[in-house]
Amino acid sequence: MNDLTQLKDRIAVIGVGNTRYGNFPDTDEYGLAAQAFRNAVADCGIDKNQIDGLLVCRIPYYARMGEVLGLDPRWTLTLPPHGRMSGMGLIEAAMAIETGLATHVALMYANIGRSRRVNYGGDESPGTWDPWGMTSPGAAHAMMFQRHMGLYGTTTRQLAEVSVAVRYHACLNPDAVMRNPITIEDHESARFITAPLRLLDYCLINDGAVCIILTSAERARDFKQRPVLISGFGAQESFTQSSISNFDFDFWYPAVQAAGEQAYRMAGVGHDDVDALMCYDNFSPTVLFSLEGLGFCPRGEAGRFVEGGTLALGNRLPVNTDGGHLSNSYMQGWALNVEAVRQLRGECGARQVKDCEVVQYVQATPCTRSIIYTRG
Amino acid sequence: MTYNKPLPRIDALSKPFWDAAREHRLVVQSCPACGDRHFPPSPVCPKCLNAEQTWTECSGKATLESWVDFHRAYWDGYKDALPYRVCLVRLEEGPLLASNLVGASDDVKIGAPVHVVFDKATEEVTLPKFSLD
Repeated sequence: MNDLTQLKDRIAVIGVGNTRYGNFPDTDEYGLAAQAFRNAVADCGIDKNQIDGLLVCRIPYYARMGEVLGLDPRWTLTLPPHGRMSGMGLIEAAMAIETGLATHVALMYANIGRSRRVNYGGDESPGTWDPWGMTSPGAAHAMMFQRHMGLYGTTTRQLAEVSVAVRYHACLNPDAVMRNPITIEDHESARFITAPLRLLDYCLINDGAVCIILTSAERARDFKQRPVLISGFGAQESFTQSSISNFDFDFWYPAVQAAGEQAYRMAGVGHDDVDALMCYDNFSPTVLFSLEGLGFCPRGEAGRFVEGGTLALGNRLPVNTDGGHLSNSYMQGWALNVEAVRQLRGECGARQVKDCEVVQYVQATPCTRSIIYTRG
Repeated sequence: MTYNKPLPRIDALSKPFWDAAREHRLVVQSCPACGDRHFPPSPVCPKCLNAEQTWTECSGKATLESWVDFHRAYWDGYKDALPYRVCLVRLEEGPLLASNLVGASDDVKIGAPVHVVFDKATEEVTLPKFSLD
């Protein structure tokens, strides 16, 4: 394997944009993505015709996207509509720029699942275990959390700390979908969906789109915003038990550990340097699994680690300062990467992390990725 | 009464499993070359890529690894069955299976020994399920 440290700080995020988040039945993926693209273009002041790389995710047809935006790029990539593609896409686009296949890449993600009444289970996503009624990513996470409780004594009150901290951040974010504060008691009395998980352990399902524009760190200086550098990244898949989808017998611990170590080594930073963590939170237990895998606490101790508001702004490790998937918007990791950029630019107002210099993104999923961003 | 819960899509690969279940036998695919046992079945051995695969009858003994109680019906057929319990078991022979834990009990623990039981759904389909020892 090549030494990834050679790639440190080579690629920068120059522009970010998103739509409003909510229920938008009168548009479609192209309409949403176009709006996010306009916002990202305006954010960095690029001439849109300079964009020669196009990556689309959860958008039906890349060529229609190019037609809508009037783009004929020389590099194109489509990623499937799975909630684990943002980290993969950002790394692929960075490598396209590094190798000269593209100069300025626009990455676009759109989700119209709310208006289209997507359920994420049942006949919508057929699987091996349907005859036993086993379906949906939420149930897979419930089964993992049940195991975590059994093996380590983790409690649902500890799990509630994740949802409560992330909701607190959403309350500080004027664009977030869910803006009423919640308590541990609210979490504990919410209705079960797939016990032990309750409604407040589940992410939102909402419409919206995100666009991120990347170029080389060198060229990044030509644009409006202070660049944010991709300083480290790491990757590890876990495919060998894929029939129970969105499930991992080891809580993705080995994968998160591997991806995290690669990213830390490449960026030359450690846990204590991380000012904020953007953590894929499709379901609240994922945050606990990620904290253990990355080594913010020993294995099995994430429940105790998060007690007392550890993850809230102003405390030890602010997590998902925009409100995450649980309370801001279900943009499947893409909006968390945008939030990392905005934190490093210092644009976050009431939810700004003080002296924010290093932000880490992590997705504990069958395709585990971590990206470390720093100020350029 | 018509069975209205989801039924398996039986194909050439999975047919031996369902044929055996109908006869109250639990089988998993096994590799004649390296001995690996796996489920769901695979067109080649995931360990050694041997193309020829066979089936091995299991003891029916397993360990409970986790479970989840569904309070939401993703299929209409489950509306009257809520909440229902799905379990994860590791067979004595190695493979992990999602199934149902029959016999309601709040006194379940990870690591509990379980054994297979057979639940006839239709003339074609019998579901292997598990019960605490």
